[in-house]
Amino acid sequence: MSPIISVSGLTKTYGSDFHALRTINLEINRGEIFALLGPNGAGKTTLIGIICGIVNPSQGKITVGGHDIIRDYRAARSLIGLVPQELATDSFETVWATVSFSRGLFGKKADPAHLEKVLKDLSLWDKKDSKILTLSGGMKRRVMIAKALAHEPSVLFLDEPTAGVDVELRKDMWEMVRALRASGVTIVLTTHYIEEAEEMADRIGVINKGEIVLVEQKAELMRKLGRKQMTLHLKTKLDMIPAALAAHNLTLADQGRELIYTYDTQSGRTGITALLDDLGAAGISFNDLHTTQSSLEDIFVDLVRQRS
Amino acid sequence: MNWRAAAAIYKFEMARTGRTLLQSIVSPVISTSLYFVVFGAAIGSRITEIEGVNYGAFIVPGLIMLTLLTQSTANASFGIYFPKFVGTIYEILSAPISPMEIVVGYVGAAASKSIILGLIILATAGFFVPLQILHPFWMIAFLVLTAVTFSLLGFIIGIWADGFEQLQFIPLLIITPLTFLGGTFYSVNVLSPVWQTIALFNPIVYLVSGFRWSFYGIADVGVGVSLGMTLLFLFTCLGVVWWIFHTGYRLKR
Repeated sequence: MSPIISVSGLTKTYGSDFHALRTINLEINRGEIFALLGPNGAGKTTLIGIICGIVNPSQGKITVGGHDIIRDYRAARSLIGLVPQELATDSFETVWATVSFSRGLFGKKADPAHLEKVLKDLSLWDKKDSKILTLSGGMKRRVMIAKALAHEPSVLFLDEPTAGVDVELRKDMWEMVRALRASGVTIVLTTHYIEEAEEMADRIGVINKGEIVLVEQKAELMRKLGRKQMTLHLKTKLDMIPAALAAHNLTLADQGRELIYTYDTQSGRTGITALLDDLGAAGISFNDLHTTQSSLEDIFVDLVRQRS
Repeated sequence: MNWRAAAAIYKFEMARTGRTLLQSIVSPVISTSLYFVVFGAAIGSRITEIEGVNYGAFIVPGLIMLTLLTQSTANASFGIYFPKFVGTIYEILSAPISPMEIVVGYVGAAASKSIILGLIILATAGFFVPLQILHPFWMIAFLVLTAVTFSLLGFIIGIWADGFEQLQFIPLLIITPLTFLGGTFYSVNVLSPVWQTIALFNPIVYLVSGFRWSFYGIADVGVGVSLGMTLLFLFTCLGVVWWIFHTGYRLKR
């Protein structure tokens, strides 16, 4: 199946020397939840802005549903719903007026039944006649989502949807995103909350300093880059790693009280047995041990650090 | 043409006018009525007729122009500046609409509002002074053309402005003085020859003159010249608006 969004050779420069985006190539598949992960200032919002028509690209070609975003902008933009990062609402409008406005702006015929469904799904129905300025921050964000959904988009962009949102609401938001995906909407979300990407995404793209560092199925990413560490709490302190254990990938921690062994879960042999044998032979004993699997966050931090 | 989008923007803007009825309609009507009381009744009664027209009646077209110019620019500039200021402009920029539809929505609404205002002031003037309109078609034509042109100018100001101060800057420092000096309260012919020549560089002279001609058949400059100048401003503003959307100036990063 052809991708719903295809970005090729996209660059964005400001002035002559600031490269916000450097040669981005990216494809978003139909019906997936794609998380764009990156530190602040990595270019996430710029990339979304260009796809949605808010920022002019410097170079490159983007299609949405096969329509070029410049040449065929009407067809391309009709498919897109955008929820930007910052809360920007028409304070003096009612919820109902603002979602009706959004639908009209996208050239769709008035459809009160659809708007009612959107507002009900977002638990905003009882607020439909309230002025937006009377709503809480969380509700305002949901109003922005309702506006983006008012014209029945095929792709929904959520730029940092849960920034500044409490835990309860964040869970609700995740539920809503899953329900949308189930109804066939493709979702692209940016976040710097790793747990959000880990929880939600089918695929993850990592962007740093204007470059896509990697794009991978989430499960694949976790598996491929997932390292495990075994920590041994030693009975007696070590000043250095004994020569007999030099062959193992070991580091000392906690002033010699802990021995950390890093291994790859993917390889056939983890080397744990050999290590334990060698430890016994070297006369090193331990009270306790535990293992940890690296989270997406560790992977992410590693990736970002490697490139910088 | 995405007419639904243009209609959505138009309705949104008109609803904003409806919400601020006091500020949008009542205050310009009151201030214009004050002009009638002061210049028409109090001072005007001591001023002789100008080219056979009672002074109070003479200033009516100029006063309507004054309101038309200031309200068109103020309303259109605020209409587009405010979404830029609060950030809701993202939705306009990401919608499948052409610049043409955006302009029709915003400028159309601002112009409609000032035309309504102009007509209300005209009706109000009828209570104070005897009115006659010799060329109703041209009266409406000048009314509409001027409202559209200065709404376009306001739209440009709103896009250019970086702050509320700049939003006030051009109307206050350029449009108001030019209007007062543009023959709103007098015929340019009463000026000395040097000042008459200088006045001809004031675009508003042509607007007021043409508009007054449609009422009383008297004009400072030929009506053809007035119409030509009005259209020139209109197309200049359209050109600037085209350039703004073409380059994304102050709209897109």
